[in-house]
Formats: sequence, C-alpha cells, structure tokens
Amino acid sequence: MFFLRENYQHPEFRVGVRDFLRPAPGIAAWGLMTGVAMVKSGIGLFESLLMALLVFAGSSQLASIPLILAGAPLWVIWATGFCVNLRFVVFSLHLHHYLAHLPGWQRVTSGYFTADLSYVWFVRRYPHPSGDDAGRLAQQAYLAGSNLMNWGSWVASSLVGIALANFVPQSWGLGFAGILCLIGILCSLATTRLRMLSAGVAGLVGVAAFALPLKLNIIVAIGAAVILCMSMEKLRPQKLEGAGS
Amino acid sequence: MMDINWHTVVIVLGLTVVTVLARGFFLFSNRTWSLPRWAQRGLQYAPIAALAAVVVPEVVMVNGQLMDTWKDARLYAAIVGAAVYFWRKDVLFTIVAGMAVYIPLHLGLGW
Repeated sequence: MFFLRENYQHPEFRVGVRDFLRPAPGIAAWGLMTGVAMVKSGIGLFESLLMALLVFAGSSQLASIPLILAGAPLWVIWATGFCVNLRFVVFSLHLHHYLAHLPGWQRVTSGYFTADLSYVWFVRRYPHPSGDDAGRLAQQAYLAGSNLMNWGSWVASSLVGIALANFVPQSWGLGFAGILCLIGILCSLATTRLRMLSAGVAGLVGVAAFALPLKLNIIVAIGAAVILCMSMEKLRPQKLEGAGS
Repeated sequence: MMDINWHTVVIVLGLTVVTVLARGFFLFSNRTWSLPRWAQRGLQYAPIAALAAVVVPEVVMVNGQLMDTWKDARLYAAIVGAAVYFWRKDVLFTIVAGMAVYIPLHLGLGW
C-alpha cells in the first residue's frame, strides 16, 4: 500500500509511479466520463461522489446505474456488480503469490487498490513472484506506486467529471457515454467465439425476459449464457473426435 | 441543501463491499488456492454476459418495449462505438465516436 513508509520510501515505488504516467491519462479520461455519466443519469451528486470515492470500479459503477434507476432490488444490483467484477477474483488469485508474506489486512487493501491497469503493469514488470525478502519488498513497493497513480488519477478525474456535469443540461443525454463505455469494455472481452456467444445469448435473454419483476432478467440472462457456453464447450471436443473417426 | 437518497447510499456501500470482496477474494485467507475447473470455465463467460445483459436492453428498448422505430440515436451510436472498438482497440475511441454520432442525432434530429 502506498501509505506505508516501507513502500513509499523504496526506489521501486518511484519506478511504479513513473511507469504509470503512460496509462494515467487514459484512466483520467475514463474517470471523467464516468463522473459525468453518473451525475447525468440522474443519481444524486452525493451518491455519485460516494460511488467514485468508494466503489472505485468503473464498469460495476456504470452497470449499476440503469439498475438503480429502474429500482432493482439490492441483491440483483450487487450480484450484477460482482459478475462484472469477476475478473478481479482471478487477479486476486494471481496476486496472492506475490503478497502471501504480508499480513491479511495489507493483502486485502493491496487487492482493493489494484485495478485493471495497475495489475497489468505490475505483472508485466514482474512476471514471477520473487523468492527473497528484498525482491518481495521491491515488488510490493512497485505495486503501491502504480496503485497510487491509478487511484489518484481515477478519483481526481471522477471529481472533475462530477463537477463539470452540473454545467451540462440533462437533455444532452451525456449519460449515454456510460453505456458506450460499457460497450467498449464488452467488446474488449469478446476475445473468443464462445464469449461472443455468451454476450449474444445474454443480450437476447436480457431483452426477452425484460418483463420479469425485480430486474431478474439480468440474472436469468447471465445464467442462461454461462450454462449454454459451458455445455457448448463440452460438446465441441466430442464433435472433433467424431469428425476425425 | 442536498437531497440524499439513502437507498442509493446503501446500494453504493454494498457495491463498495462487492469491490473489496472481488479484488480481495483470494487474499483474505493465508492459504494458496487453486480454482476448481468448473469455476475457471464459468469465469470465462459470466463477465461478458453480465455486461451484455445490462447494455443491450439499454440500447434497444424504450419504456420496457423493444423500440418500434429506427430513428433512435442510441442504436447508431452503439453500432459505431462497437465498430470503432474493433478498429482501434481502445475504449476511449468507442466513447468519443459513439457520442459523436449520438449527440447530433439526439440533439439535432431529436432521435
């Protein structure tokens, strides 16, 4: 964590900060749009501020907004947020190998501050966990440095976006930028055929089951897409064997 | 001075817990974990499904019904935004191009 002396006084901390100057403007632009989109979609100013400062996860923030406005029940909003955040569960599994020497609260706090890009930058600089104490300290200091940059640029730009949004009329529809942002993230995840199928099925079911109460169409759509894709995955190798014989 | 919707505040606090749980998932315990195979496979498909389930109705529906007109700015903005993503591989380009389509159609033509 960046607020611990052993981290911020380490030379690798500064390397982490410096390396992160490159992705920081992108994060800032995204934070700015998220700030504007949150306020313009109609959730309040205080609520938007709280979201930017605490939730600190653009995709789940943006995905929750339509559900909040539709009056979805709490558990549906939280479950959807968790599904959108599942990639972080995988990151945490990987980060455990680097952070296992730290006390529990430091591990969890480091995890909380590690977002998509600081994770990517970290594992690019350190593809393998270090085997000795000095190496482990250097790695945690580097992560702390890039996390500070990531968090700082996100929070600062979100605040600017929230402030600016008040000068833009609601009728411009800038809240749609949030949906476009989610579309971009969606496309970035569409790396295999089965994932594209998952998106297609979930989109169709989400629309077809829209009349379900409590926004359950989201949960039904995720369930249907995941089950279908997992069964398709099972079918495929058998088909290939069949074709070969 | 400010109208605070406490229901939304509770949602936001819950989403904070969701972030902590997701990002810290395997860091809470000291044990080194490995994921069961079924979970690894499910993880491949759930995030994109969740996004699509939220996004698609927001683009093609009006008041809970499938839109009955082609004159809707969201549709074209979404198509252009997605196409631009596959061209430039950058979410920012998606937002900028999508809004460049959305704002003129929405404000200019009232779509």
